[in-house]
Amino acid sequence: MSRTPTETRARVEKSLRRRYWAERRFRAYGLLAVLLGIVCVFFLIGTIASRGYTAFEQAYLTLDIHYDPAVIDPQGLRAPEALASANYNTLVRNALRELFPEVQERADVRALSRLVSTSAAHDLQARVQAHPEVIGQREKRRFLAAADVDQLLKGAIDRSQPEDSRLLSDRQISWVDRLQQKAELKLHFNRGFLTRGDSREPEQAGVLGALVGSAFTLLVTLLLSFPIGVAAAVYLEEFAPRNRWTDVIEVNINNLAAVPSIVFGLLGLAVFLNFAGLPRSAPLVGGLVLTLLTLPTIIIASRAALKGVPPSIREAALGMGASRLQMVGHHVLPLAMPGILTGTIIGMARALGETAPLLMIGMVAFIVDTPRGILDPATVLPVQIFLWADSPERAFLERTSAAIIVLLAFLIVMNAIAVVLRKRFERRW
Amino acid sequence: MTSAPPQPSTVSLPVPEGVRTVGRVTADDPLICARNVNVYYGDKHAIHDVNIDIARNQVLAMIGPSGCGKSTFLRCINRMNDTIEGARVTGAIVLDGQDIHERRQDVVQLRARVGMVFQKPNPFPKSIYDNVAYGPRIHGLAADRVELDEIVHTSLQRAGLWEEVKDRLANPGTSLSGGQQQRLCIARTIAVNPEVILMDEPCSALDPIATARIEDLIDELKASYAIVIVTHSMQQAARVSQRTAYFHLGDLIEVGETDRIFTNPRHKLTEDYITGRFG
Repeated sequence: MSRTPTETRARVEKSLRRRYWAERRFRAYGLLAVLLGIVCVFFLIGTIASRGYTAFEQAYLTLDIHYDPAVIDPQGLRAPEALASANYNTLVRNALRELFPEVQERADVRALSRLVSTSAAHDLQARVQAHPEVIGQREKRRFLAAADVDQLLKGAIDRSQPEDSRLLSDRQISWVDRLQQKAELKLHFNRGFLTRGDSREPEQAGVLGALVGSAFTLLVTLLLSFPIGVAAAVYLEEFAPRNRWTDVIEVNINNLAAVPSIVFGLLGLAVFLNFAGLPRSAPLVGGLVLTLLTLPTIIIASRAALKGVPPSIREAALGMGASRLQMVGHHVLPLAMPGILTGTIIGMARALGETAPLLMIGMVAFIVDTPRGILDPATVLPVQIFLWADSPERAFLERTSAAIIVLLAFLIVMNAIAVVLRKRFERRW
Repeated sequence: MTSAPPQPSTVSLPVPEGVRTVGRVTADDPLICARNVNVYYGDKHAIHDVNIDIARNQVLAMIGPSGCGKSTFLRCINRMNDTIEGARVTGAIVLDGQDIHERRQDVVQLRARVGMVFQKPNPFPKSIYDNVAYGPRIHGLAADRVELDEIVHTSLQRAGLWEEVKDRLANPGTSLSGGQQQRLCIARTIAVNPEVILMDEPCSALDPIATARIEDLIDELKASYAIVIVTHSMQQAARVSQRTAYFHLGDLIEVGETDRIFTNPRHKLTEDYITGRFG
């Protein structure tokens, strides 16, 4: 079987060519996979952004309001009850009729006032209640236009469709056009989207409630799952004896990571709501359920990070006479912290996007108010997206995409904070 | 920590009958007496019935082929084997009249009295200062910052590192060269003022110049400490130690004055090893 050096060299050369070719092929596959991933991400973000950016603009209608004392306070007593129960819709309708004097018929007047959001009356009521001195005066105020008007301005309503299958009648469209010509009706930045809670009326709906709900829920999740997860990982990795019990625990933690999230929701419903009697729809309960969901992820990642700390550091600490706890606290844990934080980011990102288990514990309720604490009823961003995606109104379509943008922004901010933290913990050795 | 009063010369413990080790296992001024020490890793019987004294102010070198149990025995002396899953130690290791395996003996205190330097330099990924200050800090040896500074200074000086690092105490310990790192580890060990220093092949990862520095250092340190060094280099054993113990397959074959062992080994195995016939 002996070969001459020349033969050997020829064979090696042949195999070399094969090896290099295999390497090039492998690289090409890798590059292809990365490119495919990038294309998908760009497509996803592009679609969402192109559909959602319009929600950050909203049609506003400027009206010259006359705070008519005959409408608001016919008795002239300025009694708070009278101011609260006055019909402010009349003020809006009067202002519109001043713009379009030719509109006389009741049905037409009603169609005309439907161009303005129902929030206009609430806005006027709040204004008068806060400043009763405006009664009797005139004032230019900006009101939200109705969602259909907003959609027409954004080109989402097709003018060429037959009138009876269109949301706005021909007359309404002509009024809108005239208002636009007079520059009374314009698109402005939609601050309300970020400062209001949910609403049945698309033009009044905002994400703040869901955003705050998500923040509270994740805060509860982080405060519970991080310390519990790290403590569990440290105990299992550094202190627990290796025996059948710890094996059983390990297998179960790995299994928990694979349990469908809705099962955790059912567990939360049974334990936290029905047994412990915690309030329904509360971020506290949502956070508890998501803690169950993220714990396995954090424990598994933390254990891997702890395992990665070189044994020489452990020996050095023990050899100096450090107790086990000092060894872990002073050396092992700080060195494992970047890995632990990575696991926590993954867990929290998953918790942020979780919808199914929260449906089970009532976080799917229609909630207008922004939650003030972890016991207030709330919803979260992904559930809000789900709710809006399910709504029939055309204007909720762009809001769904816009809410996804907000959710992604939330995720990016959260990850950025974690990355900064991780950088601070990273140490060379 | 209870500070023991200055010990008078301890009398060595009686050596049990039937010991097959050649040479004198006892010492005149013993600090540690090991009697019938056996170590098991699970089912594996790693070292058998080791009897040996470790004397004050002396360097004891332990030599032998790989896997002969010299490191295993070294790790018994500060109970580092406790950290290994399934390791079991029997027999008595008596330090100052007290068996280190007794319930009364706290393992943290034992390791403060018996320091250890490892094969691979393993400074903490902290600053040079914090590396040396770590032991005094956890044991509460310094009352204030001034005292701690003083301990760090003296320790680095005694480890022969002060001149090289005095201007960069805040730099990470891991930024030093291999030999400096090992001297930093020695400084860290002597900062807690131990009675015994165990060294597990401290120079095996170092170049000859760094090795020479460490050997000089060992020679200076023996004035204050009992030193036990495990080494693969017979030249090193001959250079730094006063007594040498030869291990073979878990047995302590021969103990004696270093000069005598290297010039006139009595056991066949010892002779074969030091003349380079195996190992």
